[in-house]
Amino acid sequence: MTLAIFYVLAVITAGSALMVVTLKNIFHSALFLVLTLFSVAAIYLLLGAEFLAGVQVLIYVGAITILMIFAIMLTYQLSSKNIRQTNEQKIPAALIVLVFFVLSLITMLKTSWPESYSSLPKDHIFELGRQLLSTYVVPFEVVSVVLLVALIGAIVISRREPTEDK
Amino acid sequence: MAQPTLVHFLVLAAILFSLGIWGLLTRRNAVGILMSIELLFNAAAINFAAFTKFVAPDGMAGQIFVIFIVTVAAAEAAVGLAIVMLIYRNFKGIEVDKINFMKW
Repeated sequence: MTLAIFYVLAVITAGSALMVVTLKNIFHSALFLVLTLFSVAAIYLLLGAEFLAGVQVLIYVGAITILMIFAIMLTYQLSSKNIRQTNEQKIPAALIVLVFFVLSLITMLKTSWPESYSSLPKDHIFELGRQLLSTYVVPFEVVSVVLLVALIGAIVISRREPTEDK
Repeated sequence: MAQPTLVHFLVLAAILFSLGIWGLLTRRNAVGILMSIELLFNAAAINFAAFTKFVAPDGMAGQIFVIFIVTVAAAEAAVGLAIVMLIYRNFKGIEVDKINFMKW
């Protein structure tokens, strides 16, 4: 049963990711990106990571894709329907990706992964929060500073230069 | 009851990662490239979550790392899209193969 759910989610994820990278209309790609991110959230649920599923929906679906759609709309030109969306590296890129995929597939199937027989802690969202504020408190603070600096940097970059008329 | 194993999730993440790389290499639109990068981030995050469940469930370090990945992805998207807007303002287009003024 879980396996069947996994396969359905995997097909949705991979299919919509394929749409994201191949569709001609970049706006449709953004909409399929939303679908991909939603099904990745569902895969987190299958993996017993409820908090990550929530974070995925809130941040990826709620914030990042909206930002992408804003950027697409602000940079959209009437002529962009006729602009080619892909460059002429399609076939070499497909070869490289295929080689990478086959190699990683072989590696995954040949490695005997260490199997853990313990399971996730019972109230693991509580455990996640506790760890985040005890063991991992330094990276947690650092990443918040990174986010702050990046957002200020984004504002500074995209701000229009003040015209010097005195 | 059949359960998906670790390799199932790893293969799914590899498919997602490969599609992301393909998009990264072939897209001309800068926003399309950023979307492909989001696919790469998600593939890596699936791997982390899968390893947390199947290999090292005690410390939950993998799930904590996924939270950091999401944070950095948000920062990357903000800065990347700001740069895209700046390029659009200066070049009237965001096709990355036209932006070669730093090449020679």
